Amino acid sequence: MLSLFLRDTRLGLRAGGGVLIGILFFLAVIAVVPFGVGPDLKLLSRIGAAMLWIGALLATLLGLDRLFQADRDDGSLDLLIMASDRHILALTVLIKCLAHWTTSVLPLVIASPLLGLFMNMEPAAIGATTLTLLVGTPAITLIGAVGAAVAVALPRGGLLVSVIILPLTIPVLIFGVSAAYGAVEDPAPFVAPFLILIAITLFFAVIGPLAAAAALKSSAD
Amino acid sequence: MSEAVSKARRWVDLANPTRFINFAGIVLPWLVGITLLVLAAGLWMSFQAPDDYQQGSTVKIMFIHVPFAWLSMMCYTVMSISAIGTLVWRHPLADVSAKAAAPIGAAFTALALITGSLWGKPMWGTWWVWDARLTSVFVLFLMYLGIIALTRAMDDPAKSSKATAILTLVGFINIPIIKFSVDWWNTLHQPASVIRMGGPTIHPSLLWPLLVMAVGFTLLFFTLHMMAMRNEIWRRRVVAMRRIAARSAERRGTQ
Amino acid sequence: MRLVAENLAGERGGEILFSGLNFTIAGGEALMITGPNGAGKSTLLRIIAGLLEKAEGSIRLDNAPAGFESLVGACHYLGHLNAMKPVLSIEENLRFWQSFNGAGQHTLREALDRVQLGDIGHLPFAYLSTGQKRRASIARLLISHRPVWLLDEPTAGLDKASEEQFAGLMRGHLTSGGIVVAATHLPLGLGDAQELVMGGNGQDHAGSREYSA
Repeated sequence: MLSLFLRDTRLGLRAGGGVLIGILFFLAVIAVVPFGVGPDLKLLSRIGAAMLWIGALLATLLGLDRLFQADRDDGSLDLLIMASDRHILALTVLIKCLAHWTTSVLPLVIASPLLGLFMNMEPAAIGATTLTLLVGTPAITLIGAVGAAVAVALPRGGLLVSVIILPLTIPVLIFGVSAAYGAVEDPAPFVAPFLILIAITLFFAVIGPLAAAAALKSSAD
Repeated sequence: MSEAVSKARRWVDLANPTRFINFAGIVLPWLVGITLLVLAAGLWMSFQAPDDYQQGSTVKIMFIHVPFAWLSMMCYTVMSISAIGTLVWRHPLADVSAKAAAPIGAAFTALALITGSLWGKPMWGTWWVWDARLTSVFVLFLMYLGIIALTRAMDDPAKSSKATAILTLVGFINIPIIKFSVDWWNTLHQPASVIRMGGPTIHPSLLWPLLVMAVGFTLLFFTLHMMAMRNEIWRRRVVAMRRIAARSAERRGTQ
Repeated sequence: MRLVAENLAGERGGEILFSGLNFTIAGGEALMITGPNGAGKSTLLRIIAGLLEKAEGSIRLDNAPAGFESLVGACHYLGHLNAMKPVLSIEENLRFWQSFNGAGQHTLREALDRVQLGDIGHLPFAYLSTGQKRRASIARLLISHRPVWLLDEPTAGLDKASEEQFAGLMRGHLTSGGIVVAATHLPLGLGDAQELVMGGNGQDHAGSREYSA
């Protein structure tokens, strides 16, 4: 299992600068916001947390369709499914999700404090947003695994995966953003939405791989 | 101007990558030495320079911020010239030059943004504002990253060279926008004070260290660029040799 | 050990490709599946590998060796695709499959030597020719132990010399008591093997007869 994690991490880092493209997309999304809403620093700092979350959400969805499709295209997926006696398929899916998160999403989380500065956010708000992204984005990847598994057999499933997944990720967005605001705005609580966010991630860490494994098993043809 | 002409002739002489590597082997030690000397002199002069009566000692960050900003634009210009070399003359080294310059340019742009941000915090009270100069430099940074991503996405240099060259030339529109942004729009960022009609507005005690630093960092850029080009040529040779190794193993297998 | 199919039927896209298929293969025996395109050769192999649902009937492994309780777990599957990542080197690819699927009788080095890739194992998979890629994929069969080999057009892209080497590898697997099921339209150089001729157009005149070279 560790070898699968290492292989996927290595692939993610080596193959064609996929990490860079994700960060670049995130940067670009954040960079167009001031053009859209105007360079008012007060306004930007107020919507900063929400913009970072939306940018991270979109950038996370970007590479998800390749999660299983790359393995299907070269025949590896058949062998991963066949090995389900030795390694439970859901666990294989979970490991693949973790590797994908480490190579494509973790860099976004690391880049987010810098983008927080661009949005003129306070240090506390930046810290809270980064923390919520760190615990919230795995949920997006895990939900995305279900979409990627369902659409694995489609030749151009990329956009479809995003469209299927986006409604399911809304709870993550709601609690992530409200926790980030809770850290800076006084009456709003931070701990409660943050704990719910962790609960969502843990919940999808179980449900996501199980559902994705079931979809993959039936997708083979 | 004469430097540009002699440089052009040198490029023609060095059409052959092997000759370029030999040439780089001879020139690089000298270039490194001169760069270090000029940078050391520039740093010493910067510390000797008087503090600004308004900005205090924070003005010292100018001595690195301005050269970084100037290099971020010059590097893109070098890449655009290389792009023309790729498209018009199909020069084998032009693509190598463009590909090698992109990460260096991205690094200098990032440094210009970071030092500018550090300077802006005490002066303007914020790390970042979305004014014309800063935004256009940030867009330049995104362009650099986009070009790097494009060159890395295609592993065959023959295919990626033209696409990269076209993208580089299209992005060159941004360079005059950056240069004149402070004149065209009334912004927080101070207008040009060194290169302008009617002579520099900056005091000579600050101007001289700045010029020496600018020359030093320009030399640093050319040193790094030459090293990166040599690495890129070697990298391409390694790829070619590995392909040959795979083919020759095939022949041995069939015999 | 015996691989037994009883009244097996397979379908693809709602169309029955074959039905009423019976065969028994004992350890040390091979089954060659021949027939025109679309006859269901690949479908049959993928049903045995557990990748497709069978329409009816049963397929099972009797007296399976210790450690291989289920049929799928006892199978190596070599499909049309090589299941290798182009950006990783041959050794990285194989080392992953070895640690994922478990060790076999051969070490990585031995396996690479046996498929004539011993001296280029460090090269990225993308740099190889079609035949070399196929041989690297064949090395995957050697580095993890599975008693049943399911091979779908295993010699596609191989030249004459490599085909003979591969036949040697299959004979080695058979003499150590393994089972080979191969879909092919070329004789694989196995002297004594059962042959299963599958007909096209959904007709079910698939039958079994002794094959002698």
